[in-house]
Amino acid sequence: MTILENRRSAMPAAQEAAQTATQVSLAGALTAALRDSMAEDSRVVVFGEDVGPLGGVFRVTDGLAKEFGDTRIWDSPLAEAGIVGTAIGMAMYGMRPVVEMQFDAFSYPAFEQITSHLAKMHNRSKGAVTLPIVIRIPYAGGIGGVEHHSDSSEAYWTHTPGLTVVTPSNPADAYSMLREAIASDDPVIFLEPKSRYWSKDAVELPVVTPPMTRALVLREGTDVTLVAYGPTVKTALQAADLGAAEGLSIEVIDLRSLSPFDDETVGASVRKTSRAAIIHEASQFGGYGAEVAARVTERQFFHLAAPILRITGFDIPFPSPKLEEYHLPTAERVLAALDTWEW
Amino acid sequence: MSDRVATREEPVRPTLLPISLIDGAGVAVNGKRTAGFARPDDQLLLGLYRKMVVARRFDIQVSALTRQGRLATYPSALGQEACEISAVAALAEGDWLFPTYRDTVALVSRGVTPAEALTLFRGDWHLGFDPGHYRIAPQSTPLATQALHAVGLATAAKLKGDDTVALTFLGDGSTSEGDAHEAFNFAAVWQAPVVFLVQNNQYAISVPVAKQTHARTFADKAIGYGMPGYFVDGNDAAAMFAVISASVERARAGGGPTLIEGLTYRVEAHTNSDDPTRYRGKAEETTWRGLDPIARLETYLTKAGILTAGVAADITAEAEALASATRDSMSESPVLDPLELFDHVYVNDRPALLEQRAFLERELAATEAGGHR
Ligand SMILES: Cc1ncc(C[n+]2csc(CCOP(=O)(O)OP(=O)(O)O)c2C)c(N)n1
Ligand SMILES: [Mg+2]
Repeated sequence: MTILENRRSAMPAAQEAAQTATQVSLAGALTAALRDSMAEDSRVVVFGEDVGPLGGVFRVTDGLAKEFGDTRIWDSPLAEAGIVGTAIGMAMYGMRPVVEMQFDAFSYPAFEQITSHLAKMHNRSKGAVTLPIVIRIPYAGGIGGVEHHSDSSEAYWTHTPGLTVVTPSNPADAYSMLREAIASDDPVIFLEPKSRYWSKDAVELPVVTPPMTRALVLREGTDVTLVAYGPTVKTALQAADLGAAEGLSIEVIDLRSLSPFDDETVGASVRKTSRAAIIHEASQFGGYGAEVAARVTERQFFHLAAPILRITGFDIPFPSPKLEEYHLPTAERVLAALDTWEW
Repeated sequence: MSDRVATREEPVRPTLLPISLIDGAGVAVNGKRTAGFARPDDQLLLGLYRKMVVARRFDIQVSALTRQGRLATYPSALGQEACEISAVAALAEGDWLFPTYRDTVALVSRGVTPAEALTLFRGDWHLGFDPGHYRIAPQSTPLATQALHAVGLATAAKLKGDDTVALTFLGDGSTSEGDAHEAFNFAAVWQAPVVFLVQNNQYAISVPVAKQTHARTFADKAIGYGMPGYFVDGNDAAAMFAVISASVERARAGGGPTLIEGLTYRVEAHTNSDDPTRYRGKAEETTWRGLDPIARLETYLTKAGILTAGVAADITAEAEALASATRDSMSESPVLDPLELFDHVYVNDRPALLEQRAFLERELAATEAGGHR
C-alpha cells in the first residue's frame, strides 16, 4: 500500500465516526475490544493482577468480570512469570489468553517466559505449536508515576525475534488493533501508552482501522518526516503545528507497529521529504530510534539530505514525578533539534 | 480463625523417611514406611522393570554415541529410571508430560522415536517431535519454567471440563528458581490437575542439595502451598508408581495438585562435559550404585518367580533392538536446510525476514557446495 492508500483506508472510518460518534477514551476502547473479542470467541480468557472485580488499576477490564464470570476473566496470584508461563500452557491447550502486566517495569519478572518460551515456541516446534497470546503492558511516563511506573520497555521486546510489538496512539486504533492482536496467531506485546488512556476521540465502535502492522501518515508534510509511536504521537502532532507556524512542513507518521517495522510507508515518506527524525520517550542508547535511523539510512541513504535525528529521553533511569518533564521529549525539543540541521 | 484456615483440610504431612515399598535389597516393605500405599501387583512391576531396563540400555547407548561425537551433549538419567518410568506409566493417554533436558528416556518410553528425541542433543533443531501428537511438551532447559506451562495447560483442561492431568519433572536445583515457587502457588490456588515430580538426584551440576534448601525435604515445601507432599524413595519403582498414580488420579478427580520428591542419585556426570571428581567422592557413588532401582526390582521379581530366564531374555532383546535402532538413526546426519531457519519464526510472514531469507539463499547459491555446508 502507498501512503495515500493507507490514509484513504483510514479516512472513511474517521469520517463516519465524526457523524454518529460518541466520545470514547483510549482505555474505554480497549475495554470494548476485550469485551467484543471475549463475546465472539470463547477461547479468549483474560487474567492478571486485579483485572477481575476491580477492573484493573487503569480500569481497562472494567465490567468484564461481571459480564463474563470467573471462568473467562479472573484475578491471578501476583506473579508475572506465573501469569505469562501459565498463559503459555493454556495456549498449548487451545486457549487464547490475554494477560495484563500491571505496569511496564513489572513485566520484567516475566522476561524469561516471554523471551525464552513465548517468542521461541513456534519456531522451535517447526510450527507445530502456536501461542496466540496477547500481553497488555501499560507503558511510558507522563502520569506522575513514582519509581518503576513509567518505563518504556519496547526495545527489549522488539529485539526479540518471534514477538510482534504494537502500540496504539488513539482510541480507534486501540480498539481495532487490540481486536487484531487477539485474533493473531502470533504472540503480541500490546503496549498501551498510559498517558493517553483518558484521551478521548469521537469514535463509533466497533471500528476497523488499517492493519496493525502498517504505519500511518497522520499529517502530510514536505520538509521532514517525524516518526512517532504511542505516547509521542501527540507530541509529534504538536510539533507539526508549531512547525507550521514557523513555515516548516512536518509529515507525522504513527508507526503503530514497532515489530514488524513498516519500511514501505516510512521509506516512501523519507524519499519525499529527504529528512527524518524519530521521537520516543525511552532512553536513546540502543533504543528503538537507533534501529529506525539505521534501517532508514541503509535503505534511503541517497535520498537523505541530513543525518537522522533522535529526540528521546536521556540515558538515565526514568526520573521522579517532579522531574519527569525535563526528561520527556517535547514539541519544542523537536523543533530545536530540527533547527540543528543545515536547511 | 479465617475462612481459609477453617475450610482447608489438614494437609498431608510428608514423612521424614522416604516412602518405601521395596527396599534396596529387593525385599517388600510393610508397615509404617509404606505410608499406607499398597505395593502394585507383580505384573505391573514387571512391566515397569521392562521399561526401566530398556530405558537404561537407551541411556547407555546415547552416552556412548555422545562420546563418539555423534551428539553435541547428553544429560544422562542413569540411576533415575524408577522416577522417569513410573511417571510415564502413571499417565493416561490424554495426559501431558512436561520434561526437562534430563528426561529423554521418559520421552522414548512414551513412544517418541530415538531420532525425534535426540534431535535437540544432536544439534539438528531445538525440538524433533510434535508436542501435540505425543502430549509431551518440548524438553525445557530454562530451569523450572516448564512447571508453569504444566499448570497453565492443566488449568485450561479443567476450564474446558476435560479430565486431562499434567505432570512436570523438576530437578532439586530448579526448585530454587522463582518459577518453581510460582508454579506451586498458582497450581494450589487454581487447584490445577497437575503433579510436580522433583527428582532429587542430589546435585545441580556440582552443587549439592544442602546449598539449595534449608527445608528438611523438598516434599515439606508442599505444606506451605496448601497441597499434599510426598517424600518417596526415588529408586523404588513400586513406591514411585504407587504415589504418582495416586496423585494423578487425585488430580483427575478434581483434588488439585501434588508435590512429590523422589530421592534418587545422578549416577553419571551432569553431562558428558562435566567432571564429578571435582565435587564428589567415589565412596558416595559406590553407595548409591548399591541402591540401584533396576537391581532391586530384579531381585524382587526373580524371587517372586515371574522374572524367569525367558522373560529376561525377551527384555534384553527389546533393549538391544532399541539400542540398535538408536545407533542406526544416529549413524547418518539428516540433511539440514538452512533456509528453514526462517520458517515459523512467525505465523504471519514479514517482508524484512523474507529479505534476510533471500540473502542467505543467494549466499548458498554462490557457495559451491550449496545446501548443507
Ligand atoms: C534458568 C537457568 N539457569 C541456569 C541453567 C544452567 N543449568 C543447567 S542444568 C543446571 C543444574 C540443574 O540442576 P537440577 O535442577 O537439580 O537438575 P538436574 O540437572 O540435576 O537434573 C544448571 C544450573 C539453566 N539451564 N537454566
Ligand atoms: Mg539435580
